[in-house]
Amino acid sequence: MEYFLQQLINGLTLGAIYGLIAIGYTMVYGIIGMINFAHGEIYMLGSFISLIAFLAATTLGGTSVPLALLATLFATMIFTALWGWTVERVAYRPLRGAPRLAPLISAIGVSIVLQNFAQLAQGARVKPLPPVFHGGITLMSGEDFTVSLNWLQMIIMALTLVLMLGFTWVIGRTSLGRAQRATEQDMKMASLLGIDVDRIVSATFVMGAVLASVAGLMVTLYYGVIDFYIGFLAGIKAFTAAVLGGIGSLPGAMLGGLLIGLIEALWSGYFSIEYKDVATFGILVMVLLFRPTGLLGRPDVEKI
Amino acid sequence: MWRKFDVAALRDAALAGLVAGALALPMLGFRLVDGVTGLTLAGHFDLVAWAVGLVFCGRLLIRLLPPLPALPALPARFGDLRLKAGWLLAGIALILPFLPFADRNLVDKATLVLIYIMLGWGLNIVVGLAGLLDLGFVAFYAVGAYSYALLSQTFGLSFWVCLPLAGLLSAGFGLALGFPVLRLRGDYLAIVTLGFGEIIRVILQNWQEVTGGPNGISGIERPSLFGLSFKAVAPEGQQSFAAFFGIDYSSEQRVIFLYFLILALALATNLFTLRIRRLPVGRAWEALREDEIACRSLGINPTTVKLSAFALGAMFAGFAGSFFATRQGFISPESFTFIESAVILAIVVLGGMGSQIGIVLAALLLVGLPEWFRELQQYRMLAFGGAMVLIMLWKPSGLLSHRAPTIRLGGNP
Amino acid sequence: MSEPPASGEALLDVDHVTMRFGGLFAVNDLSFSARSRQITAVIGPNGAGKTTLFNCITGFYKPQVGRLTLHHPQGPLLLERLDDHVISRRARVARTFQNIRLFARMSVLENLIVAQHTALMAASAFSLAGLLGLHRYRDAERRAVAKARHWLDRMALTGLADEAAGSLPYGHQRRLEIARAMCTDPLLLCLDEPAAGLNPRESAELNRLLRSIRDQDGIGLLLIEHDMSVVMEISDHVVVLDYGKKIAEGNPAEVKRDPAVIRAYLGEPDDADLPPEPTGSASC
Repeated sequence: MEYFLQQLINGLTLGAIYGLIAIGYTMVYGIIGMINFAHGEIYMLGSFISLIAFLAATTLGGTSVPLALLATLFATMIFTALWGWTVERVAYRPLRGAPRLAPLISAIGVSIVLQNFAQLAQGARVKPLPPVFHGGITLMSGEDFTVSLNWLQMIIMALTLVLMLGFTWVIGRTSLGRAQRATEQDMKMASLLGIDVDRIVSATFVMGAVLASVAGLMVTLYYGVIDFYIGFLAGIKAFTAAVLGGIGSLPGAMLGGLLIGLIEALWSGYFSIEYKDVATFGILVMVLLFRPTGLLGRPDVEKI
Repeated sequence: MWRKFDVAALRDAALAGLVAGALALPMLGFRLVDGVTGLTLAGHFDLVAWAVGLVFCGRLLIRLLPPLPALPALPARFGDLRLKAGWLLAGIALILPFLPFADRNLVDKATLVLIYIMLGWGLNIVVGLAGLLDLGFVAFYAVGAYSYALLSQTFGLSFWVCLPLAGLLSAGFGLALGFPVLRLRGDYLAIVTLGFGEIIRVILQNWQEVTGGPNGISGIERPSLFGLSFKAVAPEGQQSFAAFFGIDYSSEQRVIFLYFLILALALATNLFTLRIRRLPVGRAWEALREDEIACRSLGINPTTVKLSAFALGAMFAGFAGSFFATRQGFISPESFTFIESAVILAIVVLGGMGSQIGIVLAALLLVGLPEWFRELQQYRMLAFGGAMVLIMLWKPSGLLSHRAPTIRLGGNP
Repeated sequence: MSEPPASGEALLDVDHVTMRFGGLFAVNDLSFSARSRQITAVIGPNGAGKTTLFNCITGFYKPQVGRLTLHHPQGPLLLERLDDHVISRRARVARTFQNIRLFARMSVLENLIVAQHTALMAASAFSLAGLLGLHRYRDAERRAVAKARHWLDRMALTGLADEAAGSLPYGHQRRLEIARAMCTDPLLLCLDEPAAGLNPRESAELNRLLRSIRDQDGIGLLLIEHDMSVVMEISDHVVVLDYGKKIAEGNPAEVKRDPAVIRAYLGEPDDADLPPEPTGSASC
């Protein structure tokens, strides 16, 4: 029982991370109907940048860890957002009217470029970071197992909640969010009404990149080890989460992320850890076959 | 006197340079170094300066120079030219091992390029002709390789028996994988096939009992020519190739034999494709790529058409995989990663998605060239990815994408 | 190929068909018949449900209520139960689209050959006979080219046979789409706004063409059209829809005079808005 609860906690933490990445996928797909293949690499870049920023902050700044973390958070968000913005500007925007395979192939190309760039720039070996947070609270004590919730897990969940609320507010209540929802529904009409569609699309990519960058930071702190390849796997899983939750739906993406995180944690805990990725891919196929609109998505009617 | 345009161009370039600097700062400016007490940072701000400078100059040049003249429309005789070029390349390929400067190294590399050409032609059926974006093609390659290895080792069958069997198994795999997912739209199909490719790799890595896990399968039988072995000393009951022809044994003989083997396989793939484009199945593939709804309105069942493309593409990948296994003598999951799928896709895309000769050129460029410039090997994938993006930006429908009709009213030329 | 039902016989029966999208009734309890060797036109203001009806008949949508019966010589077929490509193949219902859907990068001739896919596949044993170079396939292909040539000649497209379909002028593309549909040997040809974007001369050509298809090939035609010159000129039977419901039916002359139809198209004067008539002398 205690073991199960622990896996639950671990799964939710992991799920929060997946959810943050998944939101980026779902927002981009919702607005321009394209899977941003390179989004996983944006997350990976976020993790690298957060590591570098953190080291820079602690080396230069001094001894205050919370301050360093705060600086790291902002630096990560800003620089990763810039990467996300650049990718859209350079590799996707010119292809908006092109045949449908073109932006997809371009995205694959970008993904390969970013992955190899990180590998060449920082080396192929994994990068370890000693744990920054220690300790937590103990929830339950069983006979041979203790259920604990450490501080970092709490911070991750809290930060995720804050970000979710923040972005939901932006989408629902600001003019930017309104413009974005309009563009998502009918791009041509939105532009006829004076909305600068290019800017809205860029903003969408930036928002997705910001969330992915925070996920990267969390992973750096939580797992303590990153390498240039983490984007690939996390990308597929986060996309699965987005599809599971219903592509185009923000709360769906987070819900999907949490579910995927839970499934992964429980599968590794109770079945086998080697095949946990297979389990996730299996879910993707199942969802696409039997409920392609996902849990919270809207059905897509094609006009003939 | 600065023209207004020049000032705008300067500003634009400066902005681009600034962005490049900001992008380069965290990733290039700082380098994570394994220090004594853990990770530390080393500063490489000269790299940042380089990045800023390059982007600034590049952007300025792009803005100031007149736009590239569009390539002149290819004349109608271009199709004829391509045919001639095709024959020429085939001719060169046939005599390659006997050319004066050809050594074992060259033939070896040519063999590698031919494997990728064959894979490219195979994937071309799926992506180029039928328009289905398959990102997990390496899975069929792997199934072919492992089937061959297991069949030959478990049942002791010869290469010539295992090859068609492995192809059939791969095709069956293609059907099984394709059936549930082929009604998905382009993007989703891409991601799901990617997922399948990864699943196969994970299974190969972990199913120790059957696939040998990360150690793979070794000691795979090498092929023989009608019973003539290429070993220095022929095993029991067999004669050696050298002895049969009364020449001295040389390890090059096997290399050359393998080269001609893959050449034959690749040419067979090519001939098959050229032929099937003139048949209902091939035309249905291309029609499906153009407009699926129109196909449905003509009574064409898209699922069966897509399945046939998938299965046939998988079959050729299976053949290529068998060859790969028998050439190496040893296979492991490491050879079957997503990167392979991406490389093959890049070859098809750069080659013009549908053009047979384009794929040959692309394979020569992407696989052959880096082999000759070993020092640049580490930048190979970076260049791949960059090339993919650039080609898409420049010509979204592929490089050599002029399409000649497969049938003419006045009879075929 | 089996002959279509004799002239005047019912070819397609639409029986109380309702197609709903959420709360919107695109087609509402619609019933009518299209007959063989006749041109039936479905008209109505925009949004009346005409294309939705077509999509139901050709299988792209499945209506929630109702029955669509195609009277095939070998027995009636219920279209609402069949997949779209099966409807084309078995029920021999062909269609053209509002937004032309040609195989743009394939040649004109290839478009017509693809239309004969089913016949060619059968003749070539799923292309195997073709791979082996057998006579069966070569003969079948020759026949297919001959049929294609027949339609190219009738559509005056023969000279453009080897051009890419997407490079043709608009009017030619429309004709090609009709030719392609005819190459499937249909019993019922459904045309979705075939005259859209055509100038008067081309419309007259189209009229001639559709009449020749009706008379020469002896099939039934069902067409959606806004161009009244086409509808009134050539239709034998007209069905008028408004908001998914049938509001009138009959021959062109009857329908033109029907007050319900006039109301639907031109709207009704709202008596409350008009200023009251002054009694007494006429105003200047």
